[in-house]
Amino acid sequence: MGEVLVITSGKGGVGKTTTTANIGTCLAMMGHRVVLVDADIGLRNLDVVMGLENRIVYDLVDVAHGRCRLRQALVRDRRFEGLFLLPAAQTKDKTAVTPEQMRELCQELKKNNDYVLVDCPAGIEQGFRNAIAGADRAIVVTTPEVASVRDADRIIGLLEASELRDISLVINRIRPKMVKKGDMLDVEDVIEHLAIELLGIVPEDELIIISTNKGEPAVLNSHSKAGEAYRNISKRILGEDVPFMNLDESPGFMSRMKRLLGFRTG
Amino acid sequence: MLEILSRIFGKEASQASKNVARERLRLVLMHDRLEISPQIMEALRDDIIKVITNYLVIDEGATEIAFERGKNSMALVASIPVLKMKRIPQKKDTG
Ligand SMILES: Nc1ncnc2c1ncn2[C@@H]1O[C@H](COP(=O)(O)OP(=O)(O)OP(=O)(O)O)[C@@H](O)[C@H]1O
Ligand SMILES: [Mg+2]
Repeated sequence: MGEVLVITSGKGGVGKTTTTANIGTCLAMMGHRVVLVDADIGLRNLDVVMGLENRIVYDLVDVAHGRCRLRQALVRDRRFEGLFLLPAAQTKDKTAVTPEQMRELCQELKKNNDYVLVDCPAGIEQGFRNAIAGADRAIVVTTPEVASVRDADRIIGLLEASELRDISLVINRIRPKMVKKGDMLDVEDVIEHLAIELLGIVPEDELIIISTNKGEPAVLNSHSKAGEAYRNISKRILGEDVPFMNLDESPGFMSRMKRLLGFRTG
Repeated sequence: MLEILSRIFGKEASQASKNVARERLRLVLMHDRLEISPQIMEALRDDIIKVITNYLVIDEGATEIAFERGKNSMALVASIPVLKMKRIPQKKDTG
């Protein structure tokens, strides 16, 4: 029996889809059976980030309404054994799926897969409630900005209210230079306010855009710092104790950071 | 000392931006988290009244409590019209 993880944020555009694609790809790369579910109905994205947009036949709504079998709707990623995508529908009706249907779907997918990653839409409406319905764990993504952290706080409250207690945080798009200059909230600031477990920190990385252009998640690029961050995150999901990565080139700064943040070193 | 140095080097403005963000985040979260349900607010009001009426006779109907948001702080403000003081029996050592 596998696990269902929902990747959510509240605020839009902070990196949910990027995070879903990279963690999913990495887990598959490490030999696990993974299904990525695009729950952003009407704004299908995950297919493009994964480079699978040309192979879609059926979608999530087709499955929910019994227009096809679940197996028929899963797009197999040919790069890895055991990596699949269940695409979102492009229908305008966002209420085309109910939380009950999503729960059943996740339950079904869990049977034959190790990890089911659900890419949540922005917002706190029906789409959000659908996406979290079948989840065992939640990963909240935020950027180090006031509005984004605020929305993350709101989402954490809603997750807890819906009995989802296993929640961890990914802080995305950190710019070490700006943090150093005192122009960006640092990891400590965010954690202090949200008071949940830190799963990972991902730097701002131009290679993310290049990888999205190509439809090849950054974890496949050994030069990408963000890719490295997502590889670490994937290992932590598997229960490994991986130290948080050095986001800065200068060693003096990092040792200060580590002291400041009480990071595990190594 | 450090502060003076950084001011000399003109870093002061940029140092402030993260601190400004942190302070704004603190306030905005406090405010969001205070948006508690009317039921809880009602319960809080009832409890406050219960305690106060041990000492004072107040106009319960006119009693109001609310969170007030200042620029840099948050306060629980209560307006409780007092009708009269109660005679509070002094405890005496009566052996
Ligand atoms: N670490 C990063 N470095 C640089 N660019 C990034 C990073 N993370 C995400 N981006 C870019 O930010 C944009 C938004 O990312 P993404 O689509 O993953 O966010 P989202 O939370 O899924 O958005 P939505 O709420 O619209 O679904 C994309 O263009 C993506 O390439
Ligand atoms: Mg998205």
